[in-house]
Amino acid sequence: MKKDIISAVIGILLLIVICGIVYPLVVTGVSQVAFPGNANGQKVDVNGKLVGSKIIGQGFLDQVINKKTGKPEVDKNGNPVTVPDPRYFQSRPSATVPAYNAAGTAFSNAGPNNIATEQAFAGYIQSYLQLEKPYNPGLTVAKIPVDAVNTSASGIDPDVSPANADIQAHRVAAVRHLPLSQVMSLVNKYTHGRGIGFSGDPGVNVLELNLALDRLQGGH
Amino acid sequence: MTFLGWLTIFAFAAILTVLALPLARHMAAVYTGQRTFLSPVLGWLERLLYRAMRVDPDKGQDWKSYAKSLIIFSLVGWLLLYLILRTQTLWNWTGLNPQHFHSAPWNVTFSTTSSFMTNTNWQYYGGETTMTYFSQMAGLAVQNFLSAAVGIVVAVALIRGLISRSGKSLGNFWQDIVRTTLYILLPIAFVVALVLVFQGSIQNFSHYLTSNGVTSGGGQSIAMGPVASQEAIKELGTNGGGFFNVNSAHPFENPTAFTNLVEMLAVLIIPAALILMYGRMTGKRRQGYAIYGAVMLMFLGACVVAYIAEAHGSPAQHAAGLHTGVIHGSGGGNMEGKEQRFGIAGSALFDVVTTVTSCGAVNSSIESFTGIGGAIPMANLSASETIFGGVGTGLYSLLLYVILAVFIGGLMVGRTPEYLGKKIEAREIKLTVLGLLATPLMALFCTAMAVATKAGRASIFSPGKPQAFSESFYAYLSQANNNGSAFAGYTGFIQPNAGNLGSHGITFANLLGGFDMMIARYIPILFALAVAGALAGKRISPAGLGTMRTDNPTFVVLLIGVIVLVGALTFFPALLLGPIVQGLTGHLY
Repeated sequence: MKKDIISAVIGILLLIVICGIVYPLVVTGVSQVAFPGNANGQKVDVNGKLVGSKIIGQGFLDQVINKKTGKPEVDKNGNPVTVPDPRYFQSRPSATVPAYNAAGTAFSNAGPNNIATEQAFAGYIQSYLQLEKPYNPGLTVAKIPVDAVNTSASGIDPDVSPANADIQAHRVAAVRHLPLSQVMSLVNKYTHGRGIGFSGDPGVNVLELNLALDRLQGGH
Repeated sequence: MTFLGWLTIFAFAAILTVLALPLARHMAAVYTGQRTFLSPVLGWLERLLYRAMRVDPDKGQDWKSYAKSLIIFSLVGWLLLYLILRTQTLWNWTGLNPQHFHSAPWNVTFSTTSSFMTNTNWQYYGGETTMTYFSQMAGLAVQNFLSAAVGIVVAVALIRGLISRSGKSLGNFWQDIVRTTLYILLPIAFVVALVLVFQGSIQNFSHYLTSNGVTSGGGQSIAMGPVASQEAIKELGTNGGGFFNVNSAHPFENPTAFTNLVEMLAVLIIPAALILMYGRMTGKRRQGYAIYGAVMLMFLGACVVAYIAEAHGSPAQHAAGLHTGVIHGSGGGNMEGKEQRFGIAGSALFDVVTTVTSCGAVNSSIESFTGIGGAIPMANLSASETIFGGVGTGLYSLLLYVILAVFIGGLMVGRTPEYLGKKIEAREIKLTVLGLLATPLMALFCTAMAVATKAGRASIFSPGKPQAFSESFYAYLSQANNNGSAFAGYTGFIQPNAGNLGSHGITFANLLGGFDMMIARYIPILFALAVAGALAGKRISPAGLGTMRTDNPTFVVLLIGVIVLVGALTFFPALLLGPIVQGLTGHLY
């Protein structure tokens, strides 16, 4: 008994050193030398300012400014009230608080048969139609790609489906006064294929696409 | 559904089998004391550990002595982990608490500690708002290694009991733990971690990033950390505890569809290799292939149903007027709580992979799966870790089922049941059945407690619906099977602020779940070792004309039948009350 306890205590302490300290440090060392960009989160800078991570979704949203006070409006939780910026492709809906919170990720946990889930979908559908329908007159609920109105798992999905991007391209082209073909070619450029050719779904990286649009027009 | 979706599922099964064969050879060498290609690199460390721990690695232990060492090793591990988690602020000097987090309350820590010690990785906390880098690395990830090793050595001990011709020794616990960690878990985890970083996972000790965003309302704080190293062992050890709250759905944990495949392979590779290793160690490879075939059939069956159900879409989507079929540029399906890059097939497959094993990692929100899609992980859990199962736990649970199937088959044809030449007698069958029933009994007992008491209902996210029952049932089923995946609305932790100030746990859910995990882990382990002890040294009689074959298709069917029957008889009423009623009616509640 006593002998077992001694072996266990010494053994676990040594294994903490090996598996809990040496192992992650060696992985960190090799990663930082071999893949420093990835290991540090694929940061994206514009004019020396950090604007996000290439593989973390963010909201392309504008803060609502209160006309009387001139200050940003906040909701009851103290988070700023925002609206989609029509010049940009929009990310998938997010269930985190606030939306696109990359330091506190969460699922929606919306049950498949819950009335509340249908109501949440109806809300996302309404916002999507409100934003896109003026530029896609034939757009109906049945034609909306599901990823556009279903929350992502992480809440910070960096991608949208190509079908979703195609619909949004009409709006972005019109608002930015660009030819649709030019916007579409950027969409295609930032669409990644499937994993090793067959696994997963293609996706359009929203941040890269939006930054490419900004670069095209000399920054906004 | 798409052709590529189906290809993903079947190609995955093929790749898994191809990779498991060489690993099985390596593992058989490790557990029969042969030199491997890693011995020259790590042999000195192995010997150093034995000297420091004051153990003689060549001294065999009988089942009682083996079990005693195992229990003490686990208890000491529990205490050290609890201390590390409760003293997060004491380790600030290491620089591994850049966000200045406090410790989670005692009851949540009780749940977390029990959870990581038992290879469950049930998480009421969100990693990026609760745990310091030090706790993740030196606390949680270490138990990811050790709890995996404990599971594996029990399976190895049971194999030794089955094949030993004389003596009562099941091997040496300390040697098995050290060899498992050094020669199997660490090297593979190292390679997987680097593949993950190469694909885009992060691995750093930096302060969380503050991004300005592209637009005025796009600013965000981005959590950082040593993610890849922990992600690798989380999958490989079938642990499943995410570095981040959304687990493998997080782009830093699982950045591409390719890493999604790599992570799924990492989850299943050791359980698959263990079955094939079993064939090698018993000298009857066909026996290994027969069991492998049986579990592979059940695995693929679960994948097919889950993929069809999720591709069909949910009643809530249809009620909202959405079209869930495949269209140009979108895979359609139930995309609520799923990531674009994995798609429906990559999400459904990941879900099956992590619930047939005891992994419990998720790359999509199981609570948002359709009724039938959500019933699949529950059915997988109801099979009590026999469809591959967790590392080690899977094989020893399977072998107990094999013994049960041999017994039932023997009764049916009127012969004395024999397995690998050893007579299966009353003592072995009693121990086997008790070992097999412990987990389902705990799951049902705890679910009943949770839904019948006011304290239990405090944890429910969608009260008053079939979904509420599904949540509670899934929680205690998952914990009893040491799985750790969740209908994540169910909670035991109220955390108003990141960093744990002002947070509190729901004591009832934390304690009930903690005991659920520990009892359902260690009772089967003790019975598996007891069976090993009972079989060790039994005379091996030569196979004759009257011996029931256990390596042919008939036995495969019998084995599947026994597993499905026991699981279905135990859990069918509970499955009906929650997910199946939702899946079949299509009603909104």
